[in-house]
Order: sequence, then C-alpha cells, then structure tokens
Amino acid sequence: MLGIMYLAAILATLPLVFILGHLLVQGASSISLDFFTKMPRPVGEAGGGLANAIVGTLVLIGIASAIGLPIGVGAGLFLAERRGTKTANAVRFLSDVLNGLPSIVMGIFAWQFLVRPLGHFSAAAGGVALGAMMIPLVTRTTEEMIRLVPTALREAALALAYPNWRTSLTIVLRTALPGIVTGALVAVARIAGETAPLLFTAFGNQFWSTSLNEPISALPLQIFNYAISPYDEWHKLAWAGAVVLIALVLVISLAARYATRARFGNASD
Amino acid sequence: MAQVRPATIDSTSSTGAERVRLSMRSLDAYFGATHAVRSASVDFVEGRVTAIIGPSGCGKSTLLRCLNRMHETVPTARVEGTVMLDGEDVYARGVNAIQVRRHIGMVFQRPTPFPTMSIRDNVAAGFRVLGANAPKRRQLDEIVEQALLRTALWDEVSARLNESAIGLSGGQQQRLCIARALATQPKVLLLDEPTASLDPLSTQKVEELVYELRRSVTVVIVTHNMQQAARVSDRTAFMLGGELVEVAPTKTLFTTPHDSRTESYITGRFG
Repeated sequence: MLGIMYLAAILATLPLVFILGHLLVQGASSISLDFFTKMPRPVGEAGGGLANAIVGTLVLIGIASAIGLPIGVGAGLFLAERRGTKTANAVRFLSDVLNGLPSIVMGIFAWQFLVRPLGHFSAAAGGVALGAMMIPLVTRTTEEMIRLVPTALREAALALAYPNWRTSLTIVLRTALPGIVTGALVAVARIAGETAPLLFTAFGNQFWSTSLNEPISALPLQIFNYAISPYDEWHKLAWAGAVVLIALVLVISLAARYATRARFGNASD
Repeated sequence: MAQVRPATIDSTSSTGAERVRLSMRSLDAYFGATHAVRSASVDFVEGRVTAIIGPSGCGKSTLLRCLNRMHETVPTARVEGTVMLDGEDVYARGVNAIQVRRHIGMVFQRPTPFPTMSIRDNVAAGFRVLGANAPKRRQLDEIVEQALLRTALWDEVSARLNESAIGLSGGQQQRLCIARALATQPKVLLLDEPTASLDPLSTQKVEELVYELRRSVTVVIVTHNMQQAARVSDRTAFMLGGELVEVAPTKTLFTTPHDSRTESYITGRFG
C-alpha cells in the first residue's frame, strides 16, 4: 500500500518535472536580453524578442486585477458577513458556477459585449474577460480567509465602539489581508497563462502597443501563434516564451507564499 | 492573595452614600425562541465590583452583554426592558449602540488583542474611531502609558510597545485588553469570565487588578468561579435558568443567602 502511495506521489510530480525539463532544454537557449527588449523580427531573420507580448501580458494582468480584485474582495466580504442568508448562498453558488465556466466562454462573453459593439478587438476586452475569471477565485479565497478571523476579534472591536463597517474593514479585513493577498496572487498566476479568453478579445498584435483600445499581444497568444507556424526560428521563440510564462507564474506563486508567511509586518497600521 | 479582600458593605445601610451608575429594569433577552434572561432587575453601584455567578448556561453572559448592547449583535437576538446608564436608557429610541459602548467597556473570556496592531496601537485602538476628536500623538502616548500603568503592564511591555501584541503571554494579553478597554475612560467595565483561559498566576494578577479598578470605574464581572466572586466583588448576583435569583452584598450572599436555591448553589449541591 505504501509503495502504491509513493508511486502515485512520484507520478503526480512527474508531469511538472518533465514539462519544466523539456521547456528548459528547448527554450533556455533562446532566452537572452534581446528576448525581453526586442520586438519580433520578420520571418527569415534570426533573433528578435517578445517584448511586446511580455508588456501586453502585464497590461492585461493590470486591467484584470483592477476589475477582479475590488469586486472579488467586496463580494467575499459580503459572503462572510452575510453568512447563512439566502442572498449569500445564491451569490456563493453563482460564483462557483462562474468559476467552473470554461474560459473560452468568458472570451465569447467579452467578444459579444465589448468587441462586437465597438467593432474592433482591444486590450480592454481581453482584460475584462480575464477580470471576470478572477472574480470568483478572489471571492472564494476572500470569504474563506475572513471566516478564519475569530468572531471574538470582531466582538472586541464592536465593544470598543467601532461601527460595523469600521470593524469589517479595519479589523476583520485587515486581519485576513495576508491570506487575501495570497489568494489574489494565485488568481493572477492562474489568469496570466490563459489563452482562450484572449483569442477573440485581445487578439494579439505583432507590433508594440500599450493602448487599451487596440489589439494587444500576450505571451500565451504569441506562444500559440509561433508554435503553429512552420518556422524553426519562431518555434524557438515559442519555447522561450513558455519558459518566461512559467517563470512569471512561479515568481507570483513564490510571492504568494512569502505574503502568507509575513503575517505581522509593520506595526504602524 | 490575602490582600484581595472585599470591603464589606452592609446591605441595610448601603443605600445612603452610594450612587447607582447602571441600572437594569425588568429586562428580557432572547435568542430566537430561547428566553435567555427573564425579567431581570439589578443595580450596579458606582465604584463597586458586582459579580454575576451561576451555573453554565444560566444567562449570566447574556445579561452582561445586554448592558452594552452587545447582545443584539448576534442574529435573532432580541432585548426587551430598560438599562439606565446615569439615568438615561441605553435602549431608548435614538440612542446609538456605539455611543453606549463608548461608555461601557468590555473584556471577553479569551484575550482578543488585534493581531495586526502593535501593543501601543492595541491600547489606543478605541481612539481610532473618534476621527477628528481623537487625541494627538503625544497625548495618545500619555494615555497609553497611563492605561498600561493601571493594568500593571507598563514595566513588562514599555520596551516593546511597537511589537506585535501576539508575542505577549495569555495573561499579559488579557491585561492588555483591559488596558485597551480602560484607555477611553469608560464609566463601566464589563468582564465576561476574564480569567477562564488563564493560568492561576495570571488569574491572580487580573483579580488584583479588578480589585484595584473599583476606585475609578464601576465593574461588573461574570464568573463561574465562586471563590473568585468572593475575592473580588462587593456585591454578588446569582442567576439560575435565566432568572436573577438574588442580589446581595457578597459576604451576605455567601454566608446568609435569602433564597434556598442560592444556598444550594453556593454549598455545591448543583452546578
């Protein structure tokens, strides 16, 4: 029995080891300073980088966070505070459904409401699609982290003449903050690699663009486009892009772990 | 612990010089359909410690939580009756629970320091909600020091006021919570089994503190420990099944109770 468990544990980690190993073998050689600072070159020319895709991914993460974090944290606070009410149960259920929605559906939704009416693809539409994906993730972790805050702490604040909203914000939410930050970072890591919601919203862009109103490049999109191309040069860039994307997610995950550990930082607030 | 002896007051002559700070009249408290406190009436005298004793689930904590309107923070909870603080009904229409809690501080069974705040900020926490009326930094430092001196915590923590309150021992945390409640100068201090989670030494320190505090604040303490009630209180109220059975000077209640149920309880026949 113990042997089977060990075997399962090894098999569980094997895909990651295999993927990371293969990516590094294939992609590491193409990663250089140029990869981060240069634009893609035309077919046939060696070198070039994915600077526009890296910046595009960061822009998309920014828009998604601006939408997903405030709504998600607010909804999570609502669920924790109104625990047990019919509204809260309904919101929690719908949030779980949203969480289970295939990401391509998010893309269709953003396409229908932002791309079609405006008549063109845009970074904003891609950011909205990713933001909508973030909302349920952030909502649930926020709710769970707030529920970990002891009721006694809340009562202590109320007994000190704190109004309800002050108690929720400065005591309960503040105490749960490290956990919420972790949840938010995990959500960012999760959406950073999404491709499907961007296919017909952000669309991708071979040129430099940071405008929210125009199509924008993104690492997952660029990897996809390069991978299905027939050119060896582009294949190499796709591998390198995958390594950078995984490194980005890894860095965010590590930051999340660090945020959980640093429970008590500066005492000034 | 010999110095922690209550000043005995005679029940017959206790009306003259004493001023009633807080007064509960025919108060009923409910949790949904459960009738937790039944028509309770009791006076809390200024500068005295009143203990509320009784078996588990008799409603003593609920009665305490009705005094500063904490009872109503629980869903389905309901209160009927009056609680007069210096002649004003805290349950009157137009009276805000927050105003009431500003004058009636409370400390709970388990220490509840705010984990994200330093020791100093914990003590000053009650001032943060005053907005523009909050004292200035230097004044606040003075208030924090005074509150920590009153709770005999100053010598232990003065060197680490900016550190987390979580690093303190359980007994220190509880005295910190008392300091936090006292910092805003409440008229009444409610203690809900403040030593239930503490070791004997910390318990003794808190008891000595309660005994000291009677000079400056009216104290109501809920305890399941009769010896504690005898040690720290001037008056004791005995509750049973949601009913306030008897309120008397502590010595009288423990030596010559009027009600047979009180006698049964203090002689250990039940509870």
